[in-house]
Amino acid sequence: MKELSLNILDIAMNSVGAGAKNIAIALDEDDDSLRIVIEDDGCGMTKEQVEKLSDPFYTTRTTRKVGLGVPLFKLAAEQTGGSLDIRSVPVSESEKEHGTKVTAVFNKKHIDHTPLGDLVSTMVTLIQGNPDIDFLFLHTVNGKSVRLSTAEMRKELGDVPLSNGEVLNWIKEYLTEQYKEIERL
Amino acid sequence: MKDKVALREEGSAATRIVVGMATCGIAAGARPVLNTFVEEVSKAGLLDKVMVTQTGCIGICQYEPVVEVYTPSGKVTYVKVTPEKAKRIVEEHIKGGKVITEYTIGNK
Repeated sequence: MKELSLNILDIAMNSVGAGAKNIAIALDEDDDSLRIVIEDDGCGMTKEQVEKLSDPFYTTRTTRKVGLGVPLFKLAAEQTGGSLDIRSVPVSESEKEHGTKVTAVFNKKHIDHTPLGDLVSTMVTLIQGNPDIDFLFLHTVNGKSVRLSTAEMRKELGDVPLSNGEVLNWIKEYLTEQYKEIERL
Repeated sequence: MKDKVALREEGSAATRIVVGMATCGIAAGARPVLNTFVEEVSKAGLLDKVMVTQTGCIGICQYEPVVEVYTPSGKVTYVKVTPEKAKRIVEEHIKGGKVITEYTIGNK
């Protein structure tokens, strides 16, 4: 993966596959470090499944949605001296609190740190393909934030699907403007 | 915004463009390809006739980004698609009805 935003897209697709209704993507960075958290309320995984995730050769037909995505994200974090952590509560354990939380920490100053890339495209792609899922996006850079909540947008849009071309364009511009704004501050 | 946008029934589109968005597709460049299709179809004013959707891995990872175009006359599989190829596919295949054989899987 050439951009971490592509890893984020890929990991969030696992949440989609897990039947999540809500997916929160949070990035928090300062000059030295970057933390990426992807959290969902999908079906979750058992302890055994989570342990096998970092093995790139663990792909059976039933877990095909996992595949190489997690190992690649883990590699991207660890090659900067960072880490990847996955916490998951399977639906079999808790009917109410199930879901998965993926946390990756990066050392931005490391020579092998992958650039973040185009996060706006990642969000537009996720929303385009999954208009019925609610996404909460929050990117904080040195205390200044870019934010998008599809749940809030949905209230304004009424019956118009989030995958509508004009809506997607609006999301793209809205996020791009916020990024320009925090760069200026 | 709500008033400006014409509503449409999901699945009513006669033509579907399906982009592979699994790990293999994403790593090979499917994200800009998908977004180019969405933008070009939107620009052409074809949003009510053409549906752009995402799918997982169909097992030919070496040919990603893979795009399947479903029309009433059948399915065409385009391989190693780029944003530039996507534009041409919308122009010639979606709008013009002519399959771009040189981009299809049978030609590789």
